[in-house]
Order: sequence, then structure tokens, then C-alpha cells
Amino acid sequence: MKMLQAIDIYKRFQNLEVLKGISLTLEQGEVAAVIGPSGSGKSTFLRCLNRLETIDRGTIQIEGEVLVAPGPDGRSRYVPEPEARRICGRMGMVFQQFNLFPHLTVLDNLIEAPVVVKGLKREEVIPEAEELLRKVGLAEKRDSYPARLSGGQKQRVAIARALAMKPDIMLFDEPTSALDPELTGEVLKTMRKLAEEHMTMLVVTHEMAFAREVANRVVFMDNGEIVEEGTPKVIFNCPTHSRTKAFLEKVL
Amino acid sequence: MQYLGMIIGPMLDGTLVTLKMFFVTIILSLPLGLCLALARISRFKWLRGATGVYIWLLRGTPLMLQLLFVYFALPFIPYIGVRLPDFPAALVAFVLNYAAYFAEIFRAGIQSIDRGQYEGAKVLGMNYVQTMRRIILPQVICRVLPPVSNETITLVKDTSLIYVLAMNDLLRTARAIVQRDFTTTPFLVAAGFYLVMTLVLTWFFQRLEKRYGIYDE
Repeated sequence: MKMLQAIDIYKRFQNLEVLKGISLTLEQGEVAAVIGPSGSGKSTFLRCLNRLETIDRGTIQIEGEVLVAPGPDGRSRYVPEPEARRICGRMGMVFQQFNLFPHLTVLDNLIEAPVVVKGLKREEVIPEAEELLRKVGLAEKRDSYPARLSGGQKQRVAIARALAMKPDIMLFDEPTSALDPELTGEVLKTMRKLAEEHMTMLVVTHEMAFAREVANRVVFMDNGEIVEEGTPKVIFNCPTHSRTKAFLEKVL
Repeated sequence: MQYLGMIIGPMLDGTLVTLKMFFVTIILSLPLGLCLALARISRFKWLRGATGVYIWLLRGTPLMLQLLFVYFALPFIPYIGVRLPDFPAALVAFVLNYAAYFAEIFRAGIQSIDRGQYEGAKVLGMNYVQTMRRIILPQVICRVLPPVSNETITLVKDTSLIYVLAMNDLLRTARAIVQRDFTTTPFLVAAGFYLVMTLVLTWFFQRLEKRYGIYDE
């Protein structure tokens, strides 16, 4: 089943064209890593998928439902806001800067959205939230405020918070880029666990080891285009494009 | 000492007028200020513009002029003109004026919240009202407490302007006694009363800051 389908996405900021016809499909349980130089548009592409940015042209479908498609005039048209919110609710997102809610405890960060958005009762959600915290190894931090956590812990809470909404797809926007090198391991481990549970994942990352070992597919973006995609083996061992080769030579 | 006992009664009456004006103004102007702040940063240009003009007018003219206007000039304006008794007239002027100042404080507070907080709420499926109520405003309250406390203390003292409408607040009462008895003691007593009121406020806001600041960002 196609979990996510983006077709021919165009996006410009004023005079700068950041996405020049990006197409990408994610199947159920697939883990795709998007790599590429900074400024290549990979984060923007990810942010377009759950309408943190609006696209200028193209089609986005989530689990077969249209989020945005071209109208009669060719410009993209989004479905109405409540509908869009419901469709995008199938995706969870993890940010580079965590974006935890500082005024809420770790536990409340997890249960806030299920309670406020889904209208569930606190008592119903708390056991699930505690289970998620155990899963990311932070059960004992449930009553701490985010300010008291290390970067790695914050990011694991952010992953748990996204999972608390029971998404079918998880989007990761450079989840380890703001972390000290010795803290990236714990976050990557959590993500690896998720991948093993067959979560559909789209990960924008600079962690080549993660892309190589965990992803089923690696997508190389440069200058607003997908230059090349394939299995990690193909991309890392015998890339066909010179731009891919040049990039990998720099980072590996 | 005996003299103090004699003047304390009327001065307490005056304090009551001051406090009444103060509390009602605060209770009404804080929510109005919040609404104005949200209007000031809304996506509708006309609404932003209109609020901007409102704030400019109310912050740009003396509060005393606004008091006089509502009491003396408003009755003569065609269609909307109403003649208000002194307390409601003063209240309207104070609320409209303070709401303009609070609006700017709240606006600054809301805009100081990181964009990532909105994005975090959005990807969790929250709508505008949910995001504001549950995520943004709780953080704003903590940040705006010091400037709000400032304004509040100013308001206690600004209430003394109602003397222009011949209302017997604390300061006007004190002045009347001074002129009657040829002694400045009532001024000292009035100063003492104002100081006690602001002391209580300062203490109150310190407690609020502690309560809302537990999560240190």
C-alpha cells in the first residue's frame, strides 16, 4: 500500500526555487533516508508533506487521500483545513530542535495532543504514554520538565510524543543534527527500533551510517531535485551520478 | 494620634473608591488587551490596521484627556452619544486606555514564543485555538508577568486622575482634608496607603512569577 505519494512538487521562496519537481513514494513499512548537501531542499520537502510549508505545484496523497492537488488553473489547491488536519494526523514529525513544550512535564508533553485533539481522557492516555516512555528508555523522567533533560533525552521524548498520536508514518527532520556526537547514538537506537517494528519512516539526515544500515532506500537530493535514489548498497557503493559521488566523497 | 483617628475614616472611604476603580479596570482590561493583541497579529490586514490605529490613539493621547472626553464630550456625539455617570465614565476611559498598553505587552509576549512551538503543535494536529490556549498563552503569561506587574502598579496611581470628574478617591480626599485643616499629614497618610497597595501587588506578582516560572526554560 502506498503510504505517502508526492508527485512533481514545486516550491519557491520569493526568487529562490527550492523544489523543482520532486516525486517520491513510500510503501508501508519502508524506511527512506533523504541525504544531500545543506540547501538542497530536503528539509523543505519534508516540511511540505505535512503542510508546514505550502507547495506551489504538485500533488500529495497520504494513504490514498489527497492533501493537495492542482486546481483547474494548475496552481495547487489544498483540501479544507479540518480535512487537511485529519489527513496530516496520520504523520508524526520529529524536529531538529525538538520543539518540546517547555511548560509541560515530559508526561504531559505526550498526553497533551491525544487529550486536546482526540478528546481522550487523561486517565486513558497515561498508561499508553508511560509505555511509550519506557520504550524510549525515559520512564523515570515522566515528571521532569524538558529543560532538565539532555538533548538526546529531549529528542527521545519528542519521538515518544509523536508516537502518542499513533501515526502511520513518521517524518524526521535532521533528528540528530542539534545533538552532541555522543548523544546521537541513543536517538538513532530508538529510531532503529521503530524501523524494526515496520513503521513507515522518512528521515532527512546527515547520519550516513544510519542511512546505510537502517534505511531500505536512500534518496540523494541536490539543488531542489532528486538526483538519484536506490538501495543503500547501490547509492553508497556504486552511485551513478557524479554529483552523488562528489557528495559522498566529502561526507564519508 | 487623635487627629489620625479622625481623618482615617474618610481616607479609607477614598481608598475604597480607588480600589474599586483599580480592580474593575484590571478585570476588564486584561482580557480586552489579550483580544486586541490577537487582533494586532491576526492574518487579516484590516484588523491589524484597525487595532494599530486604536492603540496609537489610546497610547498617544493623555489619559486625563480621555477621561474628560468620555465624561464631557461623549454625550454630544450624534447617534453613539451616551451620558455616563462618573464611575462608569471613568471606568470606560481606564479600561480602553489600559487595554491598549496590555495589548502591546501581550503582543510582544506572543511574538517572543519560538516558531517551533507553533509547528510542534501543528504537526500534533492542534488548531489555532488549541495551540493558543494550551501551548502559546501559558508560556506567554510567564514572560509578560513583569511588564504586566509594572502596568498594574502604574494603574493604582493613575486612578488618582479621577479627581477631574470630582470623584472622591484617596488622593482627592486627602487634598480636601489638607485644605480644610491646614496640615500636610493627610498627604503622608495617603502616600502610606498607596505604598501598602503597591507592596501587596508586588508581593502578589512575585508569587505568580514563582508559580509560572517553575519550568525554567
